[in-house]
Amino acid sequence: MENLKDFYKRERAEEWRAEIRKTLKTKERTLLERIQMPAQDPDVRNHNRTEVNLGLDEKLAMEEARRCIDCPNPTCITGCPVGIFIPKFIKKIEIGDFLGAAKVIKETNSLPAVCGRVCPQEKQCEANCFYTIQLQKPPVAIGFLERFAADYERNSGQMAIPEAGKKNGIKVAAIGSGPASLAWATDMARFGYDVTVFEALHELGGVLKYGIPGFRLPNEIVDIEINNLKEMGVKFVTNFVVGRTATIEELREKGFEAFFVASGAGLPRFMNIPGENFTGIFSSNEYLTRINLMGATLDGYDTPVTLGDNVAVIGGGNTAMDSVRTAKRLGAKRAMIVYRRTREEMPARVEEVEHAIEEGIEFMNLNNPVKYIGDNNGRVKKMVLQKMELGEPDASGRRRPIPVEGSEYEVDVDVVIVAVGVSPNPLIPSSVKGLKTTKWGTIKVNDDFQSSIEDIFAGGDIVRGGATVILAMGDGRNAAVGMDKYIKNKIKK
Amino acid sequence: MNKIIEKKFFSENVVKLVIESPDIARNRKPGHFVIVKTGKKGERIPLTIAGADPVKGTINLVIQIVGVTSHKIASLEVGDEISDISGPLGKATHIEKVGTVLAAAGGVGTAPLLPIIEAMKKAGNRVVTVLAARNKDLIILEDEVRKHSDEVIIMTDDGSYGKQGLVTHGMEEVIKNEKVDLSIAIGPAIMMKFASLLTKKYDIKTVVSLNTIMVDGTGMCGACRITVGGKTKFVCVDGPEFDAHKVDFDEMLMRLSGFKEQEAAAYKKYIAELS
Ligand SMILES: Cc1cc2nc3c(=O)[nH]c(=O)nc-3n(C[C@H](O)[C@H](O)[C@H](O)COP(=O)(O)OP(=O)(O)OC[C@H]3O[C@@H](n4cnc5c(N)ncnc54)[C@H](O)[C@@H]3O)c2cc1C
Ligand SMILES: Cc1cc2nc3c(=O)[nH]c(=O)nc-3n(C[C@H](O)[C@H](O)[C@H](O)COP(=O)(O)OP(=O)(O)OC[C@H]3O[C@@H](n4cnc5c(N)ncnc54)[C@H](O)[C@@H]3O)c2cc1C
Ligand code: SF4
Ligand code: SF4
Ligand code: FES
Repeated sequence: MENLKDFYKRERAEEWRAEIRKTLKTKERTLLERIQMPAQDPDVRNHNRTEVNLGLDEKLAMEEARRCIDCPNPTCITGCPVGIFIPKFIKKIEIGDFLGAAKVIKETNSLPAVCGRVCPQEKQCEANCFYTIQLQKPPVAIGFLERFAADYERNSGQMAIPEAGKKNGIKVAAIGSGPASLAWATDMARFGYDVTVFEALHELGGVLKYGIPGFRLPNEIVDIEINNLKEMGVKFVTNFVVGRTATIEELREKGFEAFFVASGAGLPRFMNIPGENFTGIFSSNEYLTRINLMGATLDGYDTPVTLGDNVAVIGGGNTAMDSVRTAKRLGAKRAMIVYRRTREEMPARVEEVEHAIEEGIEFMNLNNPVKYIGDNNGRVKKMVLQKMELGEPDASGRRRPIPVEGSEYEVDVDVVIVAVGVSPNPLIPSSVKGLKTTKWGTIKVNDDFQSSIEDIFAGGDIVRGGATVILAMGDGRNAAVGMDKYIKNKIKK
Repeated sequence: MNKIIEKKFFSENVVKLVIESPDIARNRKPGHFVIVKTGKKGERIPLTIAGADPVKGTINLVIQIVGVTSHKIASLEVGDEISDISGPLGKATHIEKVGTVLAAAGGVGTAPLLPIIEAMKKAGNRVVTVLAARNKDLIILEDEVRKHSDEVIIMTDDGSYGKQGLVTHGMEEVIKNEKVDLSIAIGPAIMMKFASLLTKKYDIKTVVSLNTIMVDGTGMCGACRITVGGKTKFVCVDGPEFDAHKVDFDEMLMRLSGFKEQEAAAYKKYIAELS
């Protein structure tokens, strides 16, 4: 097989690409300004639930595509966990072949409409763009362009459904229906397997549905992708808790040859500080699930959620941003982020932090709650915050926050949302004998994403701890290759 | 899927449903519960599996109507399907021969208690059961309980059936008469709290099955969290059964009232719309 570098080179040398490069000098391309994503006005959008970013139109997309200089050594690709052929799809956009662009992306990424919206591009593809590394200029807006191509294809009525391979009649199953599983299922169906996805909840999509809010990722987009998988013949079973409704052993007896565990990192962490169990204090998972999955506050839906004027969210990741922006949309007067480090150390996507600031979210950085105070009914009414300062870098390379003695003060709150991280869901590891896990409770896998039990593969957050959508998808694809290899070897024997 | 094949009212507000659910029927054990949701806009609520027939592939639920969701589920008729049931969830009851088991149920708590006494009896224990309720109409499943108990004491608040008094009176009577090795109490949180205080006084190991608020039932949200022995536990995955003497019942009672006003308002609106 030719190596990737040669492949990129050969593709880059194709006539259409050489032609398009000639239409504008590299130097001139680099002088173009990065386009702005059209977005709803902050003061409008913080009162509704529809998508913040409106998407690029054809003109804007083609304009941005011209900035990409089609590098001989496309470093951007090295930053993408699934190795999308970035310059190739961008050049397709430049020539106006939008469906072609979508097709290029889908060769390696089955959920581009999702990734274009939620990938931390500033840490991945865009961080490795020539503009970022060499020119210290804003990178090509790879994420926006990816989203554009995917949306264009979806709205064109000509969405390409990946072709299922010739049926081999071999049954395989995934546990969980998040992005890792969806990517795995696409490839397994392509390879010709008889694929079933089991999901514990009543809805499909994992965190894409119950976690990430519609103003960032509309549910319809996830549903359409899932429907495409159904068209490919993938079977989905909801309300099925593997390990409970049936064990892996029972599923083996039903003829499943191999399993892909993609059960996510669903266990919320709390800080274990006094008063944390007062009512009005939620984990971000509970808060977002009540609202996103269960429709709390929407007309006719039965699930309640607590509303209030003063809402504090503890944490600085995507989950924290999603929670605080949701609280603002539900009418909070003061929607606060309480984070123990500074904005630089926040793990959230940069765009979300910027959007949150525009929407009037208050950032109380270098603060940490130490205690909650409740009223007579046990409802939280104040949080006690302690100021922090940054010390030496810790193991993660981020400067360690150190409490400032005697700096405690009280802030009124009606609702507190704790978004300080999640642990791997222990349901599967604890229900399968002999499955090796790490001390963090994640499932141990080899390079083929195979666990200590040969017919069980795993990927996504259950292997990585809390990670990203695209890493989960990459795992799903690699696990599919690994599983295919395993099954074929077994048949040979 | 999830078709209702039998429905029976035990009292005005307590109904038993027998539901087709073969996977759950095969795998459930005493102590397990399911999460039930009805309709697209419905809420997910936990209900104990009060019995099952693995051959027929059915499970029994006993539901007390207290709000919108329990009312909606209790209003379904034979032949209707419940849109979503997931389970069996939670840890199964630890069944073991210990000697004499004092089982106590308050109100609809009899339903979840039933499979446990059945298993305890089968394991060779002497089972003494105290059933308590506000009045005669609310004493449910008496015949079934008698079948799996060596002795049954019935207590009603108003004295309309059995003896007059609270569940704890019945329990104390037993404790004074014979050596009790293990006590199990299931019912409203307040009943479990007092049952627990009583057995603590006599130093009798006690298990309670906690009915906290839940959403997913798989350990994902933390809605069901309570403090046991000073540590936060998730009832849906760490329980629902716990050592009663370590449970912070006051905190649990407080957390149960987390959505009280909203729930009451929603129920009022729902009932008004019905009529
Ligand atoms: C609020 C929030 C915002 C985020 N924002 C971003 C973002 O902007 N960008 C980004 O890249 N990442 C983001 N992430 C992280 C990202 O969503 C996850 O890394 C990703 O979803 C992991 O995918 P997964 O397939 O491993 O698992 P999940 O998406 O967690 O899906 C796991 C599924 O498995 C099911 N399951 C669990 N146990 C069982 C069982 N025993 N039987 C059957 N089913 C089971 C669960 O119900 C769940 O549906 C965010 C996460 C959250 C919570
Ligand atoms: C593991 C477990 C097993 C359960 N098993 C059963 C069962 O077998 N049969 C049964 O009838 N119920 C059972 N419950 C309780 C049941 O889940 C609740 O009654 C139900 O959620 C009420 O929903 P609703 O919408 O009808 O009422 P809501 O509107 O939610 O509540 C109405 C009123 O009831 C009170 N309430 C709500 N939840 C509870 C609760 N868990 N305990 C006591 N009071 C509550 C509220 O304070 C409120 O005032 C169980 C709960 C758990 C956690
Ligand atoms: S999938 Fe993510 S990392 Fe890869 S190109 Fe798209 S936005 Fe960038
Ligand atoms: S590194 Fe940037 S400019 Fe170069 S090919 Fe990739 S996106 Fe285009
Ligand atoms: S119900 Fe969500 S964690 Fe227990």
